Amino acid sequence: MKKGISFRQAFFTLLKRDLQIAIRHKGDIFNPLLFFILVVTLFPLGIGPEPQVLSRVAPGVIWVAALLASMLSLERLFKADFVDGSLEQMLLSPQPLPLMVLAKVLAHWILTGVPLILVAPLLAVLLHLDDNSYGALMATLALGTPVLSLLGAIGVALTVGLHKGGVLLSLLILPLYIPVLIFATSAIDASSLNLPYSGHLAIIGAMLVGSLILAPFAIGASLRVSTN
Amino acid sequence: MWKWLHSYADPERAYNLSGKLLPWFAMLATALVGIGSVWGLVFAPVDYQMGDSYRIIFIHVPAASMSMAAYMAMATSAFIGLVWQIKSADWAAAAIAPIGAVITLIALITGATWGKPMWGTWWVWDARLTAELVLLFLYLGIISLYASFEDKVLAARAAGILAIVGVINIPIIKYSVEWWSSLHQPSTIRITEKSAMPTEMLYPLLINILGFGMMIGAITLIRFRAEILARNGMRPWVRELAKAEGVK
Repeated sequence: MKKGISFRQAFFTLLKRDLQIAIRHKGDIFNPLLFFILVVTLFPLGIGPEPQVLSRVAPGVIWVAALLASMLSLERLFKADFVDGSLEQMLLSPQPLPLMVLAKVLAHWILTGVPLILVAPLLAVLLHLDDNSYGALMATLALGTPVLSLLGAIGVALTVGLHKGGVLLSLLILPLYIPVLIFATSAIDASSLNLPYSGHLAIIGAMLVGSLILAPFAIGASLRVSTN
Repeated sequence: MWKWLHSYADPERAYNLSGKLLPWFAMLATALVGIGSVWGLVFAPVDYQMGDSYRIIFIHVPAASMSMAAYMAMATSAFIGLVWQIKSADWAAAAIAPIGAVITLIALITGATWGKPMWGTWWVWDARLTAELVLLFLYLGIISLYASFEDKVLAARAAGILAIVGVINIPIIKYSVEWWSSLHQPSTIRITEKSAMPTEMLYPLLINILGFGMMIGAITLIRFRAEILARNGMRPWVRELAKAEGVK
């Protein structure tokens, strides 16, 4: 029997579909980004505008804001598909579920992670980040935000069937985000002292590879539970 | 080879078996925790450097090591429940979770009271302490995820997946004192070589660790039996049991 479409076709069809839907609802892209920018601007107002203080807390503030923005935007990852039933069609399709899930997560990262990485240097300027930390900031965000999307998707997949999933979601995935946060901010701190930070980057990279391999299966299993 | 085990997955047999095991666990737990605590808190020699406040370790170390052991037990049961679809394993995991959370909280609180006289501070943001705090959050997340599903079969599966994902934290806690330069001292108990601790202090500590394990076992059995009854309320054997107990 003919399989219909190849894995590659299925992957890119789903990716394209998710990107198209998001581009037609531009709020989905801009709201998390605005949230990210707003949270970062709250800190200078809250802790005072002294450049030394700000440059000390800048890596942490940017990363925590990125974490929260990613978590908030994740909530919509499966929601619409779950409500209109296309998620179940995806589960029933002959294509392997982890592959489909990976396409959705990749689409989500392109829509929320990439804009966040692009806007981060601007916010770093506002927070007086040390000049030699920009490379580390961009590198950790580039490696770290996909990990956030992948890990977060597990939590979203577990809570998608629940009515009050929002608060629960933060309880489920923020503990899993902590290692990424620790290594990312310590890499940026090390770079501001002109110390080598490739070790930190290597660990974040290892997290990315590990979650890229294992998370799609966990997300798939969670979706099967949620749509039962 | 493992066929004989399968018959214990039956709720009624699991209930009866855990009922038989419970007194043994309870007795051993009372005896060991009693002996270990009294020996450790009263008779063990005073530490020449840390004075009497070092005695917190007789509670702290067992609680901390059992918080990880309980997590592994929960994740293993969840894995068995998820892979072989054995409901009793799911119930066991659900029974362990709150106990693990409480024991983790005990480890954190006793650790803080140890930190105050020794390090001069209740809390430091150090690798092991943070990882133990994350463990508490994981427990709480699993408990609330389990609680938020109406259908407990689904709830157990969802919480089980989360428990298995969270296992990644356990080696981080265990080796945090070796991987990072930490304020928390490295472990002083060695299994294969001589421990870096005098035997008069080591024995009560080991007894307490074993006792805490037995205590968690006993409380888990109580909760496991309750969980079985709660999930099988409609089964005839539960109804007969209720009738025998005098429930209308």
